[in-house]
Amino acid sequence: MMQRYDRHLKLEGFGPAKQQLLNNAAVLIIGAGGLGVPVLQYLTAMGVGRIGIVEHDNISLTNLQRQVLYNTEEVGQPKLRTAVQRLQKLNPEVQFTAYDTWIMPDNALDIIQPYDVVVDCTDNFGTRYLVNDACVMLNKPFVYGAIHKYEGQVSVFNYKGGATYRCLFPEQPEPGTMLNCSDIGVLGILPGIIGSYQANETVKIITGIGEVLSNQLLTIDTLYNMHDTFQIKPVAGNHDIKALQETYDQPCDTGGVRSLSVHQLQDWLDTEKPLQLIDVREPDEWEICSIPQAMRIPMRMVGGVMAQLSKEIPVALLCHHGMRSLMIAQQLDAAGFPVVYNVEGGIHAWAAEIDVEMNMY
Amino acid sequence: MRILLFGIAKDIAGAPVITAEGITTVAALRAWLYTKYPSLERLRSLMIAVNKVYANDEDTLQPGDEIAVIPPVSGG
Repeated sequence: MMQRYDRHLKLEGFGPAKQQLLNNAAVLIIGAGGLGVPVLQYLTAMGVGRIGIVEHDNISLTNLQRQVLYNTEEVGQPKLRTAVQRLQKLNPEVQFTAYDTWIMPDNALDIIQPYDVVVDCTDNFGTRYLVNDACVMLNKPFVYGAIHKYEGQVSVFNYKGGATYRCLFPEQPEPGTMLNCSDIGVLGILPGIIGSYQANETVKIITGIGEVLSNQLLTIDTLYNMHDTFQIKPVAGNHDIKALQETYDQPCDTGGVRSLSVHQLQDWLDTEKPLQLIDVREPDEWEICSIPQAMRIPMRMVGGVMAQLSKEIPVALLCHHGMRSLMIAQQLDAAGFPVVYNVEGGIHAWAAEIDVEMNMY
Repeated sequence: MRILLFGIAKDIAGAPVITAEGITTVAALRAWLYTKYPSLERLRSLMIAVNKVYANDEDTLQPGDEIAVIPPVSGG
């Protein structure tokens, strides 16, 4: 069984004891996209015992120039299912747990709790701050990687009391400063390089080899082969997070998604403006309260019925507080729907401001 | 002094390296950058490192210090 890891067992400074540490470890990878793919491939191949994957996106053709785990014939399939199938073939000894959801304030702590190390392979500021805050609250180290065009950043945050993401960047950028986040472009190999560094740091945290990239920020410029390591330090107060924020919405990451207030929505419904209003909550939530004109499609199903929606008629997404619906709105925007609205505050705001008789939860 | 720009700061300034003279504190450097490139201020978080070490606004600068301006990056 250990023959698979023969080259680790022979490796000076590694050997059976370190391999056993990998086999005993549990690592959560948040995001199975550009950064997540190399992290998953290497940690699976190297024999991390338990791997959790959080992903809710489908494979798109534009993913394939960098997300090398996926095939052309799988475009449109869920990344999560495809990734687990392929990784399980790579190493049947690894135990995978698949989280078919976006990570959000109401699920982050439960998802992260069982793991020793978290790897942040997300692609937006809101989720990065959420991952930071949840890991700080749960005292979990997390391996950060981020990419921009031809450059990347890597660090290990919250490791044994070390610096956190907020020690480096205290606040999310102002809305609009990172416009066209998804349109900037990225060289296909860059997430492979940065994700491989993240996997390497994860292995170092688990096994104790070398020096963990804690209290340091590594920047890599692949065009000019510049590697710089900056010293950073923990900032007082940043480890004292007691609760997650209610929302981590990051307007700059919303792309072409527009915001719709519940009052505007009421006007549009009253005047019967052409609109595809989609309630992306779960069936038990619909039981409590719902807007009659809304189509009911749980968020996990939207990808599957997307082709049946009209691109000629505006789409408005609705959920409980406006976070899940924003994720789906971004998916529809990315899929080429020209007019996509997110109902701000969700059905909670509708119940509070429009229909006060409505049941709330 | 040489100021190396990273990530979107490089795009905002339109160059990977800029120079400035006569600036003696990190706070003054930050103010100079925000005046010259207002988009940088809207990032809200902008790390400034002096000689490869994270610098606080009250830190002083010496001629010949190497400055790095590192904005947040979200891509993944």
